[in-house]
Amino acid sequence: MARALINVPPKAKRGEIIEIKALIQHEMETGFRVGTNGNMIPRDIITDFICKYNGEEIFRADLHPAISANPFFAFFTTATESGTISFEWVGDNGFAAAESATITVE
Amino acid sequence: MTQHDDHLHATRRRFLTDAAALAGSLGLGLSLTLKPATATPATMQAALKKVVGEAPLQKGKVKLDVPPLVENGNVVPVTVTVDSPMTASDYVKAIHIFNEKNPQPNVIGAHLGPRAGRATISTRIRLADTQNLTAVAELSDGSFWTDSVQVIVTLAACVESL
Amino acid sequence: MKRAAAIILIALAVEAAALAAEIPLAERKSGYDFMGPDSRAMQDDDTANPGMFWVLDGEALWKRKAGVADKSCADCHGDATTSMRGVAARYPAFDAARGRPVDLEQRINICRAERQNATPFSFESKELLALTAFIGRQSRGMPIEPASDDRIKPFLEAGRELFNRRQGQLNLSCSQCHDDNWGQKLAGAPIPQGHANGYPIYRLEWQTLGSLQRRLRNCLVGMRAESYPLGASEYVDLELYLMWRARGMKVETPAVRP
Repeated sequence: MARALINVPPKAKRGEIIEIKALIQHEMETGFRVGTNGNMIPRDIITDFICKYNGEEIFRADLHPAISANPFFAFFTTATESGTISFEWVGDNGFAAAESATITVE
Repeated sequence: MTQHDDHLHATRRRFLTDAAALAGSLGLGLSLTLKPATATPATMQAALKKVVGEAPLQKGKVKLDVPPLVENGNVVPVTVTVDSPMTASDYVKAIHIFNEKNPQPNVIGAHLGPRAGRATISTRIRLADTQNLTAVAELSDGSFWTDSVQVIVTLAACVESL
Repeated sequence: MKRAAAIILIALAVEAAALAAEIPLAERKSGYDFMGPDSRAMQDDDTANPGMFWVLDGEALWKRKAGVADKSCADCHGDATTSMRGVAARYPAFDAARGRPVDLEQRINICRAERQNATPFSFESKELLALTAFIGRQSRGMPIEPASDDRIKPFLEAGRELFNRRQGQLNLSCSQCHDDNWGQKLAGAPIPQGHANGYPIYRLEWQTLGSLQRRLRNCLVGMRAESYPLGASEYVDLELYLMWRARGMKVETPAVRP
């Protein structure tokens, strides 16, 4: 599975707005480059990124080839309860990756 | 060449331009060369229309943050912030980013909800050339707001191969 | 008219001699200082720095048994956070058996071949980059301390000569851009001083991690000069000089650079 780096604060106060960062290793081949053999290198990108908080979707992104290699996202959510923040990446050629982090909300 | 040939050439040329114009108006890109068609202000407008539909696109509320002169067009940090209370009845549903000179106009479509607390997203994008970048925010009340920035992109001074 | 021309020529000659000088130690700046705040933030945050993927891969490779000897790096060197601390900061180092300095990539491959009895990794391979990044990371924040004994002197001089040599169709030397014109713009981008204090780097232009040799080859091609073959001793001599030039500056591996 491709490596992913997640940044979720381990602790937060109830109602606090927290920043979440996610970075995944992926070349994001655009499908617009010409290879050394003169043929177009086929597209191979991550198309969807989904973040869930205790199973409920809190952020989703539809990606296109214009997203740089090793896609990075930073977004916010409200710390409502303790639990698991899970991340899912889906892409071309059956690409699938998942990662999760726990958060304690007091 | 005879006058007859000239007439035929003119007619054929006329047909191709008309076909391209028709294709263009239908939102299709008629590419007559092998290299990928690049987005144009027209295809960007078409992509925008797909998201916004007939609703008016209003200036305001959205702030698109990009370095005015990027260090490298392959990795351009972008942040979009939308002025919104992010309550259950008044929040940002989605933030879209479009470009006008990459091979295709869409960059990202991010879907949020009131739980976000703050309508700010950051990512890193590729920009092929100096161009306009446009961000569109869709609010829970069905309104659409936008901001546009001109980004200057230069090629790296020392390249890998000639 | 002739006298004025002579004065101008003399002035230019004097200026040229004065310009071909090294950057005073106190004026040295890392490539980090020439980057914008976003790139700096990318480097500073281990969860936002794509170079860390290779460091993590290197950590895994460090523990993997390899070769006929069926040994891992850890079997001899133990915990890298202690045994490799400060190592990258003093490379290239003199190798007595070879009678010349070797860089970190060569050192890793020497271990692979001689201690693990495994096939050396090819240049710019995922594995070699991962291990160099992992080992380099253990020196992060430490001052660069290249070797300074007498054995190293002739190679350091060879490296200095390469740095100051005019090359290629543009007849440029490294020194002309990086000693004389750092801070000025080249095609809209600021010219850094050219310190090799963060390698291997995640270069935005490559959208991947790459070695100093890769970057030097880019420079040579940019100057329209013939690049040396991969693994050539010229690169090691040049790296030795670059590290001497950056002595005292902090290691930033894995750095992010435009």
